[in-house]
Amino acid sequence: MAKEYHTISQIAGPLVFVEKTEPVGYGELVQIALPDGSIKRGQVLDSSDEVVVIQVFEGTGGIDKASGVKFLGETVKMPVSRDMLGRILSGSGDPLDKGPPIIPEKRLEIIGAAINPWARDNPREFIQTGISSIDGMNTLVRGQKLPIFSGSGLPHNDIALQIARQSKVVGKKEEFAVVFAAMGITSEEAQYFMNDFERTGALKRAVVFLNLADDPAIERLLTPKLALTTAEYLAFDLNMHVLVILTDITNYCEALRQIGAAREEVPARRGYPGYMYTDLANLYERAGRIKDKTGSITQFPILSMPGDDITHPIPDLTGYITEGQIVASRDLHRKGIFPPIAVERSLSRLMGQGIGAGHTRDDHRAVSDQLYAAYAEGRDLRGLVAIVGKEALSERDRKFLDFADAFEDRFIRQGKDEDRSIEQTLDLGWDLISALPIDSLTKIDRKLIEKYHPQTKKK
Amino acid sequence: MTKQEEGRVSRIAGPVVTAEGIAPRMYDVVLVGDLKLMGEVIKLVGRKTVIQVYEDTSGMRPGEPVVDTGAPLQVELGPGLLSSVYDGVQRPLPVLRDKQGDFVSRGVTASGLDRKKKWKFTPTVKKGADLEGGMALGDVPEGNIVHKVLLPPGVKGKLKSISEGEFTVEDAIGELESGYKVAMLQRWPVRHPRPYADKLLPDIPLVTGQRVLDMLFPLAKGGTAAIPGGFGTGKTVTSQQLSKWSDAQIVVYVGCGERGNEMTEVLTTFPELEDPKTGKPLMGRTVLVANTSNMPVAAREASVYTGITIAEYYRDMGYDVSLMADSTSRWAEAMREISSRLEEMPGEEGYPAYLASRLSEFYERCGRVKTLGGHTGSISVIGAVSPSGGDFSEPVTQNTLRIVKVFWALDSKLRERRHFPAINWLTSYSLYSPMLEDWYRKNVAEDWNKIRLWAMEILQKESELQDIVQLVGSDALPEEQRLILEVARMIREFFLQQSAYHPVDTYSPLKRQYEYMNAIRSFSEHAKKALTLEIPLERIVALPCRSDLGKLKFEESIDRDLKASVASMDKQFADLGV
Repeated sequence: MAKEYHTISQIAGPLVFVEKTEPVGYGELVQIALPDGSIKRGQVLDSSDEVVVIQVFEGTGGIDKASGVKFLGETVKMPVSRDMLGRILSGSGDPLDKGPPIIPEKRLEIIGAAINPWARDNPREFIQTGISSIDGMNTLVRGQKLPIFSGSGLPHNDIALQIARQSKVVGKKEEFAVVFAAMGITSEEAQYFMNDFERTGALKRAVVFLNLADDPAIERLLTPKLALTTAEYLAFDLNMHVLVILTDITNYCEALRQIGAAREEVPARRGYPGYMYTDLANLYERAGRIKDKTGSITQFPILSMPGDDITHPIPDLTGYITEGQIVASRDLHRKGIFPPIAVERSLSRLMGQGIGAGHTRDDHRAVSDQLYAAYAEGRDLRGLVAIVGKEALSERDRKFLDFADAFEDRFIRQGKDEDRSIEQTLDLGWDLISALPIDSLTKIDRKLIEKYHPQTKKK
Repeated sequence: MTKQEEGRVSRIAGPVVTAEGIAPRMYDVVLVGDLKLMGEVIKLVGRKTVIQVYEDTSGMRPGEPVVDTGAPLQVELGPGLLSSVYDGVQRPLPVLRDKQGDFVSRGVTASGLDRKKKWKFTPTVKKGADLEGGMALGDVPEGNIVHKVLLPPGVKGKLKSISEGEFTVEDAIGELESGYKVAMLQRWPVRHPRPYADKLLPDIPLVTGQRVLDMLFPLAKGGTAAIPGGFGTGKTVTSQQLSKWSDAQIVVYVGCGERGNEMTEVLTTFPELEDPKTGKPLMGRTVLVANTSNMPVAAREASVYTGITIAEYYRDMGYDVSLMADSTSRWAEAMREISSRLEEMPGEEGYPAYLASRLSEFYERCGRVKTLGGHTGSISVIGAVSPSGGDFSEPVTQNTLRIVKVFWALDSKLRERRHFPAINWLTSYSLYSPMLEDWYRKNVAEDWNKIRLWAMEILQKESELQDIVQLVGSDALPEEQRLILEVARMIREFFLQQSAYHPVDTYSPLKRQYEYMNAIRSFSEHAKKALTLEIPLERIVALPCRSDLGKLKFEESIDRDLKASVASMDKQFADLGV
């Protein structure tokens, strides 16, 4: 049995400093027995001959210098099992749903080792989300990590839910699961997700981790790691296709900053710790596919950009790690367009690998490039119209202007339960493109125009 | 490995470990803890040694052993580098996977070069030859090239014996009279540049087949270029295109802090690619160094040095090497992270104060040189920079721009309108173009530079006119000026835009680039004449030869089509009466 120490020398914020210990491992799990008999858990952040610094997950409230500290001799491990599907767990992995405790089939380190880049398989399986602005313009593939950059007051939760509901690989029936990790979201938001999971029956195939707004901030640092460890088990041990929704990354980063400040670290940009990039990478990079294994992990982190500022360190660093981003637009939202996805600012870096003949359709790249180019031109013209009026535009320009409006109204806008197939999306694209002069379609190969353009297509 | 001392760990804080009881030199490699994790000495304070460990330190306790290897971080050089895929400290990733499975766990060592494989060595010098460091002893066929076995720099003497045959990298292939045994394997400390005889002027272009680069903003062999760009501007695609198509014999690709899935794309597409010159797999002349963003930060910091040392080794054999560092911002980020763990006084934006000197030291290691062995070789470095928030005034971009001579400004506005490669023609520059003029004149066309300046001028005029158009609309402009807008649009959409995914368009030879731009220029000349004959611009622009020019770049038969369309252009204008 591990020795109990009563040598706490300092307690500051979420950190407890213990002296005169025997050698303690870095990252080791710690139990602290409070005078009132309750137990708190923590982890070693810094271990030296003189002093051990412990980060307490549930907050340091109630700990006094006489509290007993026990080092458990192992790093944080998580019990995992197939029975976790359908369960609701707390941010530190304890059952919240009054169900039985989870009988582990395996206990896994929660700090996942990096996937050997050589072992990774190329993600190229097209996932059809049924949302045109994603499927057509920013195509998602299995194993990708694609965050939703949103702002307060935007319907990012609805977008995430619609994706979770409708996502499928066309023509395949495979075992899949959803892992949902809430970090510091309100219980109301959490309820919204839970209701939708229940309504659609998704809960049976989901593992839910809830760290709500009033749970200790430090626990938030643990929640996504537990969720991703579970996801890795489901994907690479049980061969499931796992969709992981992490919300809200901004709260996670706030917790990271809080810890950094408590440790009196030298802060980097805006007070966030200098290692935030690596820390986020350690979450996001736990997505992907592995050669010779059927399962996959696809990630949908949601983050709200403080002040809609995409250059803020959180979206900025996220964008450097994830394979693109889906940006929610306040302008479109104000126009009443759902889903308000700013296609011109969104990007899927793995799109090229998942589209084209054999994946979606041979015209996919060309159609999406043409839609992008025409929409960009139309949007530019809106600025001009504000100054000179629509009458001053040339015939050609007017067509592009109308195209931009039609694109938002018909292509981007769709119902919350409207599930468009990729063919419907691309045909809709051709329908919109056909309003433009045929010689201005510079992004499309002659052959494709002959094959698909409504005016030249052989009936 | 000269001495082996053993000390003990006294403190662990993430990747930074403090040890006592050893007296290493700065940057010596040490093996830390029971797992013998590899680390590097980064600070010596009193009796304490501060070590940056390349692997995760979870579970390590004070009191565990620390061993000094007595040597700095080195890479192994010799046949077998090509086709390899390494992590940041030259451990072959395929070997790691065989040893420990799909995830990179800790404490595994794997040597950079295969010890068992035998290579066919043919001497090119005879017994009794007087040799100096850097001179070639013989040839070994490796991948798509001939690997020249070099005497390590600093070694010299008379050759006592040399043998021909099949050898492993460690076998002695010869001996000097001093008793020094020569093997194909040599080691070199990564933080020290390999020596050369002389630096030469960079006056030969590195041909990339990318129109906007070769024509407007060329890079010289041995030159330095920066590709900045916020995320999502196509930086990665551009640097991959360069690896695939540039005319360097050896490509070293350093994925520093890269995304795992994108690294996978490189790792899976490279082996499938064919080298256009030899028809052999492109991997046969490529070395990949892959360090994803979630692999240990210290190894990320080292990966760039590992890459450039390998590049220098092939340069010393007389090859042209191009090195992509994607991205140097991730590298700087790693420096920042380590510096902050060391509690160093931060410089600008939390980056260490030595950021600028590290960057310039790195870029100085490239160039076209006369090697110690008397050959000419070069290293061209293309460093990707990812300025946070697309803000070019941040320290990494600024310090890089002070050093590099070519700037390929990726632009998110262009990305939004799907103009790829999204290289802004107004803000990019190349300081090499005057030096390269002669080469282009001799090797492509007499008036290459004239065409180039003409295109630049049209694009510049367009941007001036655009300011007016923004205010009054294009209809308010006189026809000559509207023609400039039309021609500029042709240059942009037809010539500058190039699809990396299209089998034909992905690579454009210099001759074709020249013909293509020349065709656009002819159109412009004809149209100017037509305007003086009072033919309305709408009719000129509606000529089929104009839209043909835009589409033929996707056709297999492009070179023939180009000639045909110039001929039909002449005819169509003649029909208008020009």
